[in-house]
Amino acid sequence: MGRLLYLLPLVIFGAIAAYFAAPILSGKDPKTLPSAMIDKPAPTQTLPPLVDGKPGIDAAALAGPVKLVNFFASWCVPCRAEHPLLTRYAASGKIRLYGINYKNKKEEALAWLAELGDPYERIGFDLSGRAGIEWGVYGVPETYVVDAKGIIRYRHVGPLTQLVMAETIMPLVEKLEAGGGS
Amino acid sequence: MIAELGHFALIAALFVALAQAVVPMVGANRRDLALMDFGRYAASAQFLCIAIAFAALTHAYIISDFSVANVFQNSHSKQPLLYKISGVWGNHEGSMLFWVLILALFGFAVAAFGNNLPASLRARALSVQAMIGFGFLVFILLTSNPFERLDPAPLDGRELNPLLQDPGLAFHPPMLYLGYVGFSMAFSFAIAALLEGRVDPAWARWVRPWTLAAWTALTGGIVLGSWWAYYELGWGGWWFWDPVENASFMPWLAGTALLHSAIVVEKRDSLKSWTILLAILTFALSLMGTFLVRSGVLTSVHAFAVDPERGLFILGLMILAVGGSLALFAMRAPVLKSGGLFRPISREGGLVLNNLLLSTACATVFIGTLYPLFLDATTGQKVSVGPPFYNATFVPLMIPLLVLLGVGPLLAWKRADILQALTRLWAAAVLTAIVCLFIWSGDDGKSVGAVVGFGIAAWIVGGVLTEYAERIRLFRISIGASLRRATGLSGSSYGMMLAHLGLAAFITGAVGDTFWGVEAVANARPGDKITLGPYDITFDKMSREPGPNYEAEFATMTVTRDGEPVTRLRPERRIYPVQRMPTTEAAIHTTLARDLYVSVGEGNQADGWAVHAWINPLVPWMWIGALMMVCGGLVSLSDRRLRVGAPKRISGAAPQPVGGD
Repeated sequence: MGRLLYLLPLVIFGAIAAYFAAPILSGKDPKTLPSAMIDKPAPTQTLPPLVDGKPGIDAAALAGPVKLVNFFASWCVPCRAEHPLLTRYAASGKIRLYGINYKNKKEEALAWLAELGDPYERIGFDLSGRAGIEWGVYGVPETYVVDAKGIIRYRHVGPLTQLVMAETIMPLVEKLEAGGGS
Repeated sequence: MIAELGHFALIAALFVALAQAVVPMVGANRRDLALMDFGRYAASAQFLCIAIAFAALTHAYIISDFSVANVFQNSHSKQPLLYKISGVWGNHEGSMLFWVLILALFGFAVAAFGNNLPASLRARALSVQAMIGFGFLVFILLTSNPFERLDPAPLDGRELNPLLQDPGLAFHPPMLYLGYVGFSMAFSFAIAALLEGRVDPAWARWVRPWTLAAWTALTGGIVLGSWWAYYELGWGGWWFWDPVENASFMPWLAGTALLHSAIVVEKRDSLKSWTILLAILTFALSLMGTFLVRSGVLTSVHAFAVDPERGLFILGLMILAVGGSLALFAMRAPVLKSGGLFRPISREGGLVLNNLLLSTACATVFIGTLYPLFLDATTGQKVSVGPPFYNATFVPLMIPLLVLLGVGPLLAWKRADILQALTRLWAAAVLTAIVCLFIWSGDDGKSVGAVVGFGIAAWIVGGVLTEYAERIRLFRISIGASLRRATGLSGSSYGMMLAHLGLAAFITGAVGDTFWGVEAVANARPGDKITLGPYDITFDKMSREPGPNYEAEFATMTVTRDGEPVTRLRPERRIYPVQRMPTTEAAIHTTLARDLYVSVGEGNQADGWAVHAWINPLVPWMWIGALMMVCGGLVSLSDRRLRVGAPKRISGAAPQPVGGD
């Protein structure tokens, strides 16, 4: 018994190391969308609006022209980091930006938007995090490119950067728009 | 040319490390003094090689040699010199080089000052140290070579991330790494002791100063980071439970536990296997800190490298180091003879409880940081953990720990009388009661949290002062005699007092900020007035000014209280054109009672600017408290008995401080 106790740390460590290694060894890059979601229709459940007078998100909205769907929350630190970038792109009119407010109290989310500005065209309110599960959100912020037929084309985990926007997302958006969303 | 020299020196360091890993270990097993001594020379040579490599990289940064890819990616010719230099460690490759530099520096310190260590223990510790160094050098040379060239050389660089161009953050990583890597000493000595099959008070006397030094540096590093987040990010907060913050906080919690349990080994020759285990775990958590930031498994604002290949390499390194040492622990720890016995209620018992609570707290943070990952791996379900989790789990664990902190130092070794200890704390209890009543009657919000928080801070102060009064026998003997006792007390006693009082000050600040903070958000144009608590903030004007490598836009605001001028604030926004990234520089007016904090967001003349203002009560106390903790560590380190390399005291020759610690 005494000796087994001394083995315990090793056993626990082994389990933790396996958890760490599994995603890397299986080649699953946590930054890319699991193949299960890409090129599949975006989840279409209706999300109530967060802001009065600004629509929420539903199937019809997702079927509209190419758009970015951005998951954000007021408690999420990197969301603040990407916010100015999103604001700039949304203001330039080059992208259509929808937001899903994830696991956030309404007043906190509203205060956050009041402070930083609200670049979103529509904002869905996902208090329970149910939509996050449907979309396969790993952690906020997370951004999806959804084409005109409501199909998810790209997913970015973590805060967006100028580089990702310029080199990956914008070319994809332009391509999708040119191709009529196919 | 110089970059190649650096690269070459790094390769040389790799071979020296290999020799240093093998030869002294063989020597220790054969009891061959010459082979054991080789470790000391190798450690010095390894340090020299890595120092040359580091100097070469720094040189490339200073002269802006953009033919070196690393410099191109993280520097710019117009960047101020300070940030050219801090750019060296402000990126993945450079920071790894910095990591091994500090590791080698510690190895060198053992070689240079370890004269009074048993030769075999020193040889084994140096060997273990070199194994870690070898692993990291292979990692750097194979996956993260900082000396890679670009041909043709670009005209100018891409610039260091503007968020990192800040004096606080220039020194945050070096301090943090000094802490992380410093725990490698405790680790190396723990492994060496397991191999020797012996842990005794002499061992603990050796490990404690290293642990203390690492702890002091880590405390300083974490606080610098937190301070930076406070004034640079412009969000009014100072701790966000962000994975990278947690990654540095976990080794801190474990290291704090280690610091306390090593005392028991030293004074009472007990808790040996636990202390060894803590030493291993603390370093494992430091390694994990490195792993978490660089693997891309968790995303964060601070993470600079996202590369699964590197992550896999570090993971392998960790499995080897931690798995190997835990296997060794399982084999050898049962052999360690346990020494002094003690009753549950005793100083030892108190320290055991301290360790239990700290390690549970550490486990909580661990789970909070990695739970999303675990759940994804097991069920495929996705979750995210926010601050509410930590408020519900971490805070309740801290409360008993802090209450214990007031009592613990008054308990006697071996067997204590808890009633007697509590009786001696009557003054502390009275102080706590007065503070609680005062807070309750003065607090409009009647928040229980504030009462508990300030009560705990008062309790700690009362406990520390009571203990001090007992030690110098205040009012029991003449004042003069008490003073003589006070000057005779050891540095480590004063260090402990200072650190514990610092913690109380920190809690005061954190509680005040959490419960009494006031904020106001407004979209304001010049001429507008914002009311914030008792203050009126007038937005006078917005002006522009070019900086060395950025464009600054700053607001001028006049703050008045009841018509009396208080101060003038100039919150700033900077745009760094190279990275096309804005940063905020909050304006803070500090008094002992509060910070007045204003930041300016995006905006223009027509629509106005988003102005966010806070009153953060007592926040300066947090920084003062943290500074006191760091000073406590330094004062303790100055203690002769802990001083590295200080010659042994001839027994009986020097006056023994009464009461010891």
